Amino acid sequence: MEFETIVGLEVHVELKTESKIFCSCPTRFGGAPNAHICEVCAGLPGALPRLNKKVLDYAVMTSLALHCEVTKKSRFDRKNYFYPDLPKGYQISQLYAPIGRNGYMDIDVRPEAGRSPGEASSDASKKRIRIHELHMEDDAGKLIHDEAENSTKIDFSRCGVPLLEIVTEPDFRSDEEVTAFLSELRTMLKFIGVSDCKMQEGSLRADVNLSVRPIGETALGTRTEMKNLSSFRAVSKAIGYEAKRQWEIVRCGGTIDRETRRWDEEKEMSFSMRKKEDAAEYKYFPEPDLPVLRITDEKIDELRSVLPELPQEKRKRYIEELHLPEYDAGILTANKEITVLFEKTAEICGDPKDASNWIMVDLMKLLNDTSTLPEDLKIREDSLGEIIVMFKEGKVSRAAGKELLRAAFAEGAVPKEYADAKDLWLITDRGSLEEAVGKILGNNGKARDEYLAGKTKNFQFLLGQAMRETKGKADPALLRSVLEEKLAQLSHDKTDKM
Amino acid sequence: MEKEPILSMTALELAQAIRKKKVTSVEAVRAIFRNIDEHEYERHAYVAFWKEEALSEALACDALVDKYNAGNTEISELPPLLGVPVAIKDNLLLSGKTASCGSKMLENYIPPYTASCVEKLEKAGAVIIGRTNMDEFGMGVSTEHSYFGATSHPMDIDRVPGGSSGGSAAAVASLEAFAALGTDTGGSIRQPAAFCGLFGLRPTYGSVSRHGLVAFASSMDTAGPIARSSADAAALFNIVMGPDPKDQTSVSSPRVDISAMESYSVEGKRIGIPKQLLSDEGDVRLSEEVAESLQKAKVLLQEKGAIIEEVDMPILSYAVPVYYILSSAEASSNLSRYDGIRYGYRAEDAADLHDLYTKTRSEGFGLEVKRRILLGNYVLSSEHFEDIYRKAEKARDLVRKAFEEVFSKFDLLLSPTSPVTAPKKGEIADDPLIAYASDLCTVPASLAGIPAVSIPFGEDRNGLPIGLQLMGPRFGEQEILGAARFFEKNGEGGGD
Repeated sequence: MEFETIVGLEVHVELKTESKIFCSCPTRFGGAPNAHICEVCAGLPGALPRLNKKVLDYAVMTSLALHCEVTKKSRFDRKNYFYPDLPKGYQISQLYAPIGRNGYMDIDVRPEAGRSPGEASSDASKKRIRIHELHMEDDAGKLIHDEAENSTKIDFSRCGVPLLEIVTEPDFRSDEEVTAFLSELRTMLKFIGVSDCKMQEGSLRADVNLSVRPIGETALGTRTEMKNLSSFRAVSKAIGYEAKRQWEIVRCGGTIDRETRRWDEEKEMSFSMRKKEDAAEYKYFPEPDLPVLRITDEKIDELRSVLPELPQEKRKRYIEELHLPEYDAGILTANKEITVLFEKTAEICGDPKDASNWIMVDLMKLLNDTSTLPEDLKIREDSLGEIIVMFKEGKVSRAAGKELLRAAFAEGAVPKEYADAKDLWLITDRGSLEEAVGKILGNNGKARDEYLAGKTKNFQFLLGQAMRETKGKADPALLRSVLEEKLAQLSHDKTDKM
Repeated sequence: MEKEPILSMTALELAQAIRKKKVTSVEAVRAIFRNIDEHEYERHAYVAFWKEEALSEALACDALVDKYNAGNTEISELPPLLGVPVAIKDNLLLSGKTASCGSKMLENYIPPYTASCVEKLEKAGAVIIGRTNMDEFGMGVSTEHSYFGATSHPMDIDRVPGGSSGGSAAAVASLEAFAALGTDTGGSIRQPAAFCGLFGLRPTYGSVSRHGLVAFASSMDTAGPIARSSADAAALFNIVMGPDPKDQTSVSSPRVDISAMESYSVEGKRIGIPKQLLSDEGDVRLSEEVAESLQKAKVLLQEKGAIIEEVDMPILSYAVPVYYILSSAEASSNLSRYDGIRYGYRAEDAADLHDLYTKTRSEGFGLEVKRRILLGNYVLSSEHFEDIYRKAEKARDLVRKAFEEVFSKFDLLLSPTSPVTAPKKGEIADDPLIAYASDLCTVPASLAGIPAVSIPFGEDRNGLPIGLQLMGPRFGEQEILGAARFFEKNGEGGGD
């Protein structure tokens, strides 16, 4: 019997606002433990939360980007539970009126992959993942276990860091779909500029809800929730492991426990954290310390208008308007930094295809060779465009162009300055080329005469000699034409003499 | 009781006398502390005093008056309560001073910041002399539920002063403070003010910042004055009110014009008496004497040209259970932070984390607080959230609407503050149902977020004060304080 895996995600995204969600403490990490706390985020008696408006703006922008309905009358709710990293004894979250609902995001899938039950997208290579809701909440602190002292210490600095939780419908059928979604989501959030989305650093965290069922079955099986997934690879491995584990049980006639499981990245196995019957009763109720959030149509329009062009829209435009191949468009829009560089480069050099080629071939190689992330690019926005123009105008060779790119990439060098300093310019002055050609024709009398006598293959040799004479810096086309001209002239002179 | 003349002044009279150099702030503080030294042991209005600081502040106040009188142009105006000794309830924070909320849990808790309303009081020149006793976390109607022991009624040490701001009321009535701040969630300013013969104002919800008021039920908690006169109550309200960026539920509200209160006339005013607040059945019935007092007030108003009508507000029959469901739900969450991890009481010998929580909270909280936490958890449990909490929330909306409707026809509502006068110690604290039922008259305004003031009007056969309550629409402080001034001028029984 064949089975299928059904996955839904709960993605937590740390927003990169300057200050925390309910107080003015900075969100930046670093400093001693508990360096960034006040009475509000440390939950002292008498302290009240006050919503950072930026968080609301970011949440609405993200809702819009995910095609969600924005809740006009939204509010916060308290999620009550006891844990030492939670100083208030409750998390301020949204249950009853989350800021965004009923959205979707399309992901690229292999054509053979199944696409039920998400609604079929118009494009056959796309699959639509439905977004159940998007809500705002505050993060908790961190427990630090000190093995040596056999004690646990608490750092509350992370308390109050703003989070968005994005909950999908159970629309995924494979780990590839899940990673495709996460990668698309990450790109999108970085484009909007609301989060760094660094999974290793915990600014993007995904919990996986997974169940299995025999193919053809329509009812959902019992699901488990997996936590502690800190990389795409972990997500992928964990889904594979958990699907297999569940299917083994189901196949043998067993039942799946509704439970929360923790993924152990080293052992590549998941372990039960708590059963459903132990699951906390969160006693959600409306947060009385914060007023209802009324979001007007004007505000929504205003935030929509400041949303940047999103990766999927860019991809479409690159293909339809810039006539780039789909493959190029996909790679160029995978990172915000790359699209910025690409668009500037295309603008300067006037040819999107050239811009794309240099990025896809030369820049990508540099990124790969040096294991650099696109967000850490040092190259100035206009450098690559300038290099391409220099090359196309014959002012530098292809090799020099690559060297300029390397320098711009490695140290942010300005191409023209670098070309001056390293004397990378091609010789385009006809006079000096004529001089060089004259010199080598004089020094290579034998080869010259043989050429004039009809041994035309000597031309390449003479051209090489001329290039060497200019230390390789001659504009090759110009040099060729000077040599041809000179030889033709000699040939003519010779005929005249006869 | 022999008393020094200075002690019987109102806060505004004292402020006036100090700025005119008829008395000094130091004299006032010394007189207060003489009285405290002599009687406090049997009254127990305070949990702590700050005598040394109070005296040095008083000295500074007097120096400022001298400077001002000497024509120092750097001082454009003297603050309104300069040099006046006032007390604050034990749940209002003053940076560096223990605030224990009447609880073992916070017995040694020292806050690192000051409540906005206390800061405003300090800016107004008041000399804060101590923190007053209260029912633990504001939960109680008698100040018997304090970890630090009960407070006595100023006139009879066998009786309670009311609660939860019983310490504040007892201090003001016993001449141990010229005025005090209390907090009112379901009646905790108004009811002790009524029992002690004082003016207690619960302001419009949101008009006084809650920043630094240790939460009991966030959607109803309100700080406000307990005072000897309607003018003092108005002056204190004007000082502590105002929007605060640190409390997003705070709102801007109009100041009360104290001189306009003086000329307030009831002629032509439409005043309603909600029928549902005249309880003649159940655990707590309206006492004959309180009913008589209300009747006298009605006659007085009619004589002066007011139109009095009994109004039917059926939803108010549910006010008490609705109040206890919602306030306990919020309290159960607000009090979660007292877990023994970061500050406050921590149980010893806990086996593990769960045991630490259980022991800390079992030992650190008193019986009444635990009862409310249990009730709150019950109504918020997924099993009961829809059929209890949500229903109560809807009923609260109906209460709000009922008041809105009534205030479209009436200028004011009049009722008793409490169905009875100050009971004996032990009479109500031991039976929660009786205690809860006694909140009948005060919880409606709490649910609706409207302002209400308790005024002294008459006394019972034991000479214990009777309090009447005036309720107005949101931001109706001017109206209800004007009417309070009317009753103050016309005395009990009409013009004695």
